[in-house]
Amino acid sequence: MEKHLKVSAIKDGTVIDHIPTKSLFKVIKILRLEECSQMVTFGNNLDSKAMGTKAIIKIANRFFADEEVNKIALVAPHAKLNTIRDYKVIEKRVVDTPKEIVGIINCFNPKCITNAENITTRFEVLSDKPIAMKCFYCEKITNENEMVFC
Amino acid sequence: MKVKSLISITDFTKEEYLKIMRLAEDFEANPNQKLLQGKVIATLFFEPSTRTRLSFETAINRLGGKIIGFSDSSSSSVSKGETLHDTIRMVSNYADMIIMRHPMEGSARYASEVSSVPVINAGDGANQHPSQTLLDMYSIIKTQGTLDNVNLFLVGDLKYGRTVHSLLMAMLQFENPIFNFIAPPELAMPNEYKIHLASKGIRYFEHTEFTDIINAADIIYMTRVQKERFIDPVEYEKVKNIYILRNEMLKNTKENMRILHPLPRINEIHTDVDNNPKAYYFTQAKNGVYARMAIIAHLLNLK
Repeated sequence: MEKHLKVSAIKDGTVIDHIPTKSLFKVIKILRLEECSQMVTFGNNLDSKAMGTKAIIKIANRFFADEEVNKIALVAPHAKLNTIRDYKVIEKRVVDTPKEIVGIINCFNPKCITNAENITTRFEVLSDKPIAMKCFYCEKITNENEMVFC
Repeated sequence: MKVKSLISITDFTKEEYLKIMRLAEDFEANPNQKLLQGKVIATLFFEPSTRTRLSFETAINRLGGKIIGFSDSSSSSVSKGETLHDTIRMVSNYADMIIMRHPMEGSARYASEVSSVPVINAGDGANQHPSQTLLDMYSIIKTQGTLDNVNLFLVGDLKYGRTVHSLLMAMLQFENPIFNFIAPPELAMPNEYKIHLASKGIRYFEHTEFTDIINAADIIYMTRVQKERFIDPVEYEKVKNIYILRNEMLKNTKENMRILHPLPRINEIHTDVDNNPKAYYFTQAKNGVYARMAIIAHLLNLK
């Protein structure tokens, strides 16, 4: 039987696979794909041997630098990126948690100055599994379950 | 060149701590050195703090500087809705240094990014108050002759008390500190500090009582259980009177032992301790002026 793709193939661009289903829209937000003028297709709750269910995003004609895509490690630490040229995978990458997170998440501390003035947040990543980040300003530690995206 | 500010106690190196100690000693011996003549220092107190503000302003006056500022944000343009960013940009055009207290945590770090002159953090919410730590260290070195091998008893609110956290971080720079944490389980030292100590191989002990162990202490650092940190008033009532230091408890303590407290105290040190020569908290507050003179002189490269 012919294999049928749940999310149609792209000729050139990037495929981000193995995204946890609960993180699909966070990844879209972090990579600002809602502002992308190219074709973006995605599927959620797809069957996955490793994860049970997963999400996948295909972005036509868009290629990502490591520092750009590493930001999604916060919500999709096991994501895999495939670079596609002429329908062929020419490169496979995994994401690495960056040492510093700038401007993606809000500090969970309501008394932090970043929640009162127009300041780009900055966090030092203390641990990646589980995620623990120290706010550069108030020095409080934000944990994985406290992350709120900007 | 980026100007040097003091926002967190860990902004300074061990060498800088020791330089502050030397300068404070020098200022204590000669308190009226007009090193700030012709300079203007802004003291911006977005929330009131009588003790810290007067201590800094005394330090500035003794150094011959002029002071501008406010002691309460209701008398500043903040009440008109001005942002911290704009206030700091403006004041850093007027003054040679900014000393600020603000209720929001991280406000001083942000101010130091915006300001073109050095910033001293005189307290940013429950986060940092580094000049308090430096005056605590000056009090320890004055009474113990060293910052090495000190057996520190930290008593009371070790969960929310920023002074004990900063003092712990600073003392880690010195040889062989021993920490004894005395707190009820609700107010115990946070795990992140204990993990940090363990990772450096530094000895610490946790207790819920201290009457039986008090004789081993070099420094007893008492803290107030801060009512404002409790959401549930019942929880506060349970712990507010848990540790009260009384004169009779001190009779077999070491000769060199001294009692510190960042003040204000409520009832955690009984007034019958005040006349004991081991009670050091009022002298500690006085030491704050010299420590703050030293911090100002260091950051402005005056000495």
